[in-house]
Amino acid sequence: MARYGMSIDLTTCVGCGACVLSCKMENNVPDTYARTWIEENLTENAGGLSLELFSNRCHHCKSAPCVSVCPTQASFIKDGIVMIDKDLCVGCRQCISACPYGARYFGPDSRVDKCTFCEHRVGTDRDPACVEVCPTSSLVFGDLADRGSELSKLLKTRKYKVLKKDKRTKPKFHFLEPVEKKATKAS
Amino acid sequence: MARITRRKFIDLTKSAILGGAAIAGAATLMSEPAESAGSNTDSNSGEFVIPSYCDVCFMGCGINVTVKNGRATKIEGNPAHPISRGKLCPRGAGGLGQLYDPDRLKTPLMRTADNKFKAVSWDEALDYVADKMKTIMDTHGPESLALLKHGKGAAPFVQLWHAIGSKTEGHPSYAQCRGARDIGWSLTFGKGPGGVERVGLDQAEVVAFIGGHLGENMHNVTVQDYTTGLRNGSRHIVVDPRYSTAASKAEHWLPIRPGTDIALLLAWTHVLIYEDLYDKAFIEKYATGFSELKEHVEYTTPEWAAPYTGLNADDIRQTARELGAAIPNSLLFPGRRFAWYGDDTQRARAMAIINALLGAWGNNCGVFLGDKIKVPKYPFPEAHHKAKAAFDSKEKYPLGTSTPVQDIIDATIPGRFKGATQNAPIKGWMIYSTNLMRSVPNPKLIEEAVQHLDLMVVVETMPAEITGYADIVLPDTTYLERFDVLNAPEWREPFVSIRQPVVKPLYQSRPSWWIAKQIAERLGLGDQFNYGNFKEVVDHQLKQLGSSLKDINQKGGVLKKAYVKPAMKFKTPSGKVELYSKKLARAGFDPMPRFIKHPEPPENYYRLLYGRTPQHTFSRTSNNAMLLELFPENEVWVNPYIARVHGIRDGDDVVLKNKNGVKSNRIKVRVTKRIRQDCIFMAHGFGRTDRRLTKSFDVGADDNGLLTKYELDPIMGSTGSQVNFVTFV
Repeated sequence: MARYGMSIDLTTCVGCGACVLSCKMENNVPDTYARTWIEENLTENAGGLSLELFSNRCHHCKSAPCVSVCPTQASFIKDGIVMIDKDLCVGCRQCISACPYGARYFGPDSRVDKCTFCEHRVGTDRDPACVEVCPTSSLVFGDLADRGSELSKLLKTRKYKVLKKDKRTKPKFHFLEPVEKKATKAS
Repeated sequence: MARITRRKFIDLTKSAILGGAAIAGAATLMSEPAESAGSNTDSNSGEFVIPSYCDVCFMGCGINVTVKNGRATKIEGNPAHPISRGKLCPRGAGGLGQLYDPDRLKTPLMRTADNKFKAVSWDEALDYVADKMKTIMDTHGPESLALLKHGKGAAPFVQLWHAIGSKTEGHPSYAQCRGARDIGWSLTFGKGPGGVERVGLDQAEVVAFIGGHLGENMHNVTVQDYTTGLRNGSRHIVVDPRYSTAASKAEHWLPIRPGTDIALLLAWTHVLIYEDLYDKAFIEKYATGFSELKEHVEYTTPEWAAPYTGLNADDIRQTARELGAAIPNSLLFPGRRFAWYGDDTQRARAMAIINALLGAWGNNCGVFLGDKIKVPKYPFPEAHHKAKAAFDSKEKYPLGTSTPVQDIIDATIPGRFKGATQNAPIKGWMIYSTNLMRSVPNPKLIEEAVQHLDLMVVVETMPAEITGYADIVLPDTTYLERFDVLNAPEWREPFVSIRQPVVKPLYQSRPSWWIAKQIAERLGLGDQFNYGNFKEVVDHQLKQLGSSLKDINQKGGVLKKAYVKPAMKFKTPSGKVELYSKKLARAGFDPMPRFIKHPEPPENYYRLLYGRTPQHTFSRTSNNAMLLELFPENEVWVNPYIARVHGIRDGDDVVLKNKNGVKSNRIKVRVTKRIRQDCIFMAHGFGRTDRRLTKSFDVGADDNGLLTKYELDPIMGSTGSQVNFVTFV
């Protein structure tokens, strides 16, 4: 069975937000709402300033608190993608409180909504809208159950982290640490 | 129509648009989208995907627009297009926010005697424009009419100007942007780095950046190649007073004191030459003036540059060594918006010279040689008259290549223009798609100049500030509602791409070709526009290339040909790369760049720097609802030390004041260590003052209004604008 996940490369993401808009158009997300958003973390240490820019979204957790808390089984996992059955959603918003990543919103239709990894495109030749548009090619979507997928290979070769590991949600949105540079040639 | 003696800015809160207007017939304005869509049409679902190219900025990225039941629903990158490769920046992705902006100009507007706008029919507006143009032409000559323009949509107005016999034309993308860069590079290599910069950022091992903050500047293909380079382990050196996005991804951030870039460049040149870290084969084979250059930079050591630049001499030396060690796989990025300090052509020279030393010309890691598909000309008739200009810019700037807009502004004010013979007064302005109040420094002078005009026409999609000064405002179509000229830049994958309407023009907007043609017909010059619809022009040109509109649509809106590497030829006087420029020397300028110390801000004042944010370009995007969701207002970046000195906290609202007493709007403070203590920064394009811009009026501050001062580049007239000092009120 497929187990879909995603990675974002912190080497290259510039936080431009093209993914945010592309997602909104692809998924008819209402004005002023968004399924993906930009975050910026500036830190300072002895080495100087350090800036992390990335787009964030649902982490499609394996142990998804939003799914376990849902009283109507509207939230469910299909092929590793956390989905919402809008017909079953009663708008109680417990999932919004349960999500440690702030990935869900209560829409103008009084239902909860969020990123679906563009599930309607899975199985076609199209990547999720955010992945396709990304001018920095920072996002990779793929099947973690397939060892040959680009995503599986990346996670094997690159250092990465997941967010809020302590919440034990087993998220499937991976943050690739910046690539190490080749050493300076002797001059 | 009574002559308007005082051209007062029309503020629409006080004077609503009067009356209604008859809708002009426009049956032949465009073809049906279905006809354009070719093989991408899915006739069953009423859903089309139409290829075109973007116009939110000027890069011309290929887009695919999904149209459902006559409404555009989605803009995606065109995978077949060599400079979008299926990807887009947020501005391109957000183009529908421009198309469907309810604040768009909807009808032609005419100024009334009591300084209000009334909606009028196209016929009334065009009759008025043609009548006034004719009077000016008869009284003062056609050169008294100036065209101020930007972008691909301006082409029909350029044709109109040829037809009437005026060469009085200017565009801010020259003296306010990349003119100095292109001239500096041309003086060195005989050619500039290109409108779509031909740089091998994807393949270079070491790249230095001075300006052109990629990642905040989102020029799609450039950013794609830049990040491919990062992924492949390219090492970057970023010179910026700000810890920019690019700086955060670089090995070396050199937070230079603003205004001292040439000192750093000369020090790098010194290290490259005196430590034998230059491309000897390239210099010997292609360059001239090396011994003069070597002597010229003998004293410009890193230790010499350090106190000027505020950088550490070791860092200067180390970064030069890294660039030199990676030859021939290193590059100094050319940058783009270049009008900084008034010695901008010389800064471009200094950068081009370093690239010559790196051998970064004509190879895949440096500035590569572009190939292009030559688009055959449409057989426009010969003009009836030889065109003349109100003044000859060559007389003022012999090495210039265009007319600085500020010279047209000066020449409009009687007695103000200097430096060349003025043959005729300037009595009319036709402004196409450039909001001069935001694109040219010292906008107060524009307010003065427009008082001397007999005619001011603005062709725009939005109620940009400049429209408030016009006699006639004509609602332009957006790029998604019209045919435009074919785009075929020099690139490593030569291509031609089309712009075509994806929806019918909204409201009463009309494409620029239709407007220009209508005016020509009213002036008795209709024969000069020998086509019924611009679609015919595009189709004719494509047929000359063995294609057609139908064919190019079947190919995804793009034609390509195999790349043929052009020969290494340098169109300089010597036919070589000129490290020493006799051409500059003969014209009375430094043949090699020299560092000149620029004034520093006085106590409690800070140099105002401005630039891009990924979501906005010019002022044209700041009312786009989609882009405003991502970046709703600009902030002023202030170093924590300076914030403490002025008692300012993060999130406070402040008003800025420059040395001439000009105040800004209120703007939010972002206290951040990402900027030096001697400067502040804000994103360009906010602080809108036209209330018709309902989403952006009074949001954030306008940098351009604070740029009351500029330093002219004596070589070509670039308006160096990073010379304004501001403080907190």
